Amino acid sequence: MEGAPGVFDIIGPVMVGPSSSHTAGAVRLGRMTRAILGDTPKKATIGLHGSYARTFLGHGTDRAIAAGLLGFDTDDERIRDALSIAKAQGIQLEFSLIDLGEVHPNSALITAEDAGQNAVTVLGSSVGGGEVVIREIDGFDVEITGHYPTLLVLHTDRPGVVAAVTSLLAKHSINIASMRVSRRRKGETALMVIEVDQSLPADLVTAVQSLHDVVSVRNISAF
Amino acid sequence: MIGIFQLWEQGGPCGDAFMVVREDVISVSRLAERAVASRSRISDIVLHDEALRSERRPDQLRSEMARNLEVMRQAVARGLEGAPRTVSGLVGGDARRIEEARRGGRLIGGEVLDLAIARAVAVAEVNASMGRVVAAPTAGSCGVLPGVLLTVAEKVYSEEGYTRARAGEGHAGEEGLEDALIAALFTAAGVGMAIAARASISGAEGGCQAEIGSAACMAAAAATELAGGTPNQVCHAGAIALKGLLGLVCDPVAGLVEVPCVKRNATAAAVAIAAVDMALAGVKSVIPIDEVIAAMGAVGRMLPCELRETAQGGLAATPTGRSIARRMGGASPGG
Repeated sequence: MEGAPGVFDIIGPVMVGPSSSHTAGAVRLGRMTRAILGDTPKKATIGLHGSYARTFLGHGTDRAIAAGLLGFDTDDERIRDALSIAKAQGIQLEFSLIDLGEVHPNSALITAEDAGQNAVTVLGSSVGGGEVVIREIDGFDVEITGHYPTLLVLHTDRPGVVAAVTSLLAKHSINIASMRVSRRRKGETALMVIEVDQSLPADLVTAVQSLHDVVSVRNISAF
Repeated sequence: MIGIFQLWEQGGPCGDAFMVVREDVISVSRLAERAVASRSRISDIVLHDEALRSERRPDQLRSEMARNLEVMRQAVARGLEGAPRTVSGLVGGDARRIEEARRGGRLIGGEVLDLAIARAVAVAEVNASMGRVVAAPTAGSCGVLPGVLLTVAEKVYSEEGYTRARAGEGHAGEEGLEDALIAALFTAAGVGMAIAARASISGAEGGCQAEIGSAACMAAAAATELAGGTPNQVCHAGAIALKGLLGLVCDPVAGLVEVPCVKRNATAAAVAIAAVDMALAGVKSVIPIDEVIAAMGAVGRMLPCELRETAQGGLAATPTGRSIARRMGGASPGG
């Protein structure tokens, strides 16, 4: 919730219960992971941490994450049956209880693979009222809330790449709300996370993708 | 005055809990003053302010609220038919049980109270069984508003008026049941916004009083407006309801939104209806509503963490509560 709550933060949201943090938030973690992967996963391993590990059964946290990976929204009544729906679609899901150390008590570590070569590992936390924060993508430190359309750009850590991407955004009159570049080691790959105010047109995403030194791009719409 | 805060009590030896009545945030009393001054209702003021704040037209806001109301109605209907039992097997089917007993004339509470209780349990059971609800203000307390408001609205509006309103034939100057319910939800939202700003609507922060207590406060205020109460009576009803649930702890068995949460939706609905009746009769809350809300926030800060949604105290710590938690603890995810 950004700023003071409005009318529909109090009478709302419409959601599938029982818990905004353990059910609705878990759906959103699954949805974010799916969006970062860029496709419905063929396979996923999900580690539940802290309160997620202790109370997943009664809150349906495992079903909620599965529902998110399938692309369901937080008010979709199929959440209850998401595990069997995933199975019917041939999606292989493996759950475990893990200890991620000093992270928020409602956290999950999700590794998702598509039918091809793509795989992504996402660490996310459900921080209350259905709000989530993605903390890590493939070991890169990030902070993604899903409140804004977000562009993820994996690129070679070289001078000029950031400028090339931001000038493309400027050319399309896209305003940047926040931006963060994170790298694991100097000169290797780096991850740009750009939250913007307007939705990102497909041709802009294609243009970023075709930039020299850009490895891959993901466009995550706000939800 | 100390800055924007008016501190009138500092919590001495029992810790640093203190009470503040903030001057800079939404106030229920102030909403009522504005409603009286403009000869309108609190719901009109809340709608007006939200339109300014969100830069949306009032009719768009009403339509969105109408959709929420429809979800509330669907949840009531599903719960009364008999919500499926939850994974834990702890809750499910009680709303149907109450409704059957009510229809069979076996209950003693009277039409409004018994129907409100059945509906409140119905929605809370639908939530617990992973059905669709409107968080109001939270998922755990989602049964109170539909239980109280739908029932009070039907009582207030005659069967004839109800049918006319549903058919869209309401006469000019005469608001139909549907519009009155939507308006009442804006009043509830205004009260809830004040509680969120001045205290809390989170069980982890303020205990169950912050969730179920807030829902009862919002429901009592909104139902009083629905029943034709004055803006001041709306304030008294909200204050009386919240006072009745002040100090209620959040102690969910096995950490689930089931025991005691589902039944507390019904008992809170009953508290709200008692508060509405008192306010409509002209009974006044000695402590003004904004101060009651601040007191709720202060009590929440004094509650030990065992009694704030951690499932370590209260009912969760009883032998039965612990044994249920142990039984639930053996399961594996994805099964």
